[in-house]
Amino acid sequence: MSASVAPAGKRRVDAPLRPPWSQQGLIEVFRHRYILTLLVRREIAARYQGSVLGLLWSYVNPLSQFLIYYFVMGILFGRAQRTEDFAIHVFCGLIVVHFFVETMNAGTRSIVRNKSLVQKMAVPREMFPVASMLVSLFHVVPQVLILLVATLIAGWQPDPLGLIYGVLGLLIAMILGTAMALMFSAANVFLRDISNAVSILSNFVRFGVPMMYPYALVAERFRGHTDLYLLNPMTQAVLCFQRAFWVGATEDPARTAAIDLPPDFFYLTVRALVISVAVLIFAQSTFTRLERRIPERLL
Amino acid sequence: MKGRKSDNRSIVVRHVSKTFTLRYHRTLKQMSVAMMRQQELSDSFLAVDDVSFTVQQGESIGLMGLNGSGKSTLLKMINGIMRPDSGRVLTRGRTAGLIATGAGFHAQLSGRDNVYLNAAILGMTEAETRRKFDDIVEFADIGKFLDSPVGHYSSGMFARLGFAVAIHVDADIFLADEVLAVGDRPFKKKCLAKMQEIRDGGTTLFYVSHSAGSVRKMCDRVLVLEKGRLMFDGGVDEGIKFLHYDDDKDSALDTEDELDEEMGADI
Repeated sequence: MSASVAPAGKRRVDAPLRPPWSQQGLIEVFRHRYILTLLVRREIAARYQGSVLGLLWSYVNPLSQFLIYYFVMGILFGRAQRTEDFAIHVFCGLIVVHFFVETMNAGTRSIVRNKSLVQKMAVPREMFPVASMLVSLFHVVPQVLILLVATLIAGWQPDPLGLIYGVLGLLIAMILGTAMALMFSAANVFLRDISNAVSILSNFVRFGVPMMYPYALVAERFRGHTDLYLLNPMTQAVLCFQRAFWVGATEDPARTAAIDLPPDFFYLTVRALVISVAVLIFAQSTFTRLERRIPERLL
Repeated sequence: MKGRKSDNRSIVVRHVSKTFTLRYHRTLKQMSVAMMRQQELSDSFLAVDDVSFTVQQGESIGLMGLNGSGKSTLLKMINGIMRPDSGRVLTRGRTAGLIATGAGFHAQLSGRDNVYLNAAILGMTEAETRRKFDDIVEFADIGKFLDSPVGHYSSGMFARLGFAVAIHVDADIFLADEVLAVGDRPFKKKCLAKMQEIRDGGTTLFYVSHSAGSVRKMCDRVLVLEKGRLMFDGGVDEGIKFLHYDDDKDSALDTEDELDEEMGADI
């Protein structure tokens, strides 16, 4: 019987002997770009499969939120009369906030939801929260297109500096969103309560940034005490997006910027970026600490 | 003989242990009740206990043992999914395997999409998958179901597709965990034949099975785990004897064994 067994050494393997587990870490994720692409594509294809509206749901959801905010804050509370182009102001904020909240919520559940994959493959597990972020980012693109059309109709004059701020705003949301997704996805494996806590946090984000109210209102009510409010990188991300697409649509952009944006805007943007990166580094170290025990806790 | 270098080790496992924590009480309410009654809140359990062995490239190992003896945990550590608490695991080259066959399939996506995803997970590049795609589909024999969601597949088809992908990975180490528990007889036969082909190509085979017949057919060395400890490492027949798998003639297992034995003759 054992005559058919090949003699040992027939196959030469040149690779070195090394530990079988994959290198972990965010940087490693981008070395596995092919799997990442497939995961993102799968997620996009599967999210709305079987529903009649399909991908349209990604617009129905933010659109309905937009209408609620606009109706309640703009019409009922009368903000629409006092803030110029209030609809665009809200929509700018909504794109950034919705992207961030989606990344955080989907990211938190990403590892638990993909447990069969996590238990099968030896790839960096940071891949799942990162994929969640990229799926959410995919849905941002058409929303920005809608925003562009709306703001052009409102008389938007694009300026290069504004567009740079727009990109930076999105970048802040991406980095901070990934950090949150990373941290909570690992924690959620050990304590499933995390995903419930995260949805509460989402509410704080929605109301804690100048989306349904202008920053001018905050500056007026909390004169001299806005530091804490501005420390939140998401505040700055939203302000950056408004600087890009809303300020230029108002009648006197220079005046709007003076009233509705905080002073030292550039400094605040850089600071928000630095804070986001710091949170990301902290998230990565938390993830690395928890990651070792993930496969056995997923059972 | 070519003057090959002496180091031909494929898998090195040194003093590997793995402990699992069992949590008895998960909710706050349960925990406070347990604390009042002074019960244990958690308990640990040694799944793999100081296991050491070395496998040379091209060997085929049968890993045997009763349920819960730590076989799958050991396999997961060799595969790199889990890390040992202490000790070292080293492998050489690409590892592929049939661990939880078909896991990672997305029920809503078509068989075709799932093949690409699963192959990528097992370490295949896009070009490699494309090259082997027809072979995989032919091996799985799912015909016109290829483009329908795998959620509609029968459990056999599901397992066949998972198996087909894994078996087409060009690996240096091939891990197989209870693979023949699924599928009908013709498919089992096909799988065994394919695994023999892989083995004969010089791939290190690590085969977990309860079936003495197929281990006898596939392997040239047997490891036996008992409660996480490596109790036997040696020849196939002695290993099977060590487990007493050959002498409980009146058990229900035996018919399965005979089946495998018979299948072996067919191949």
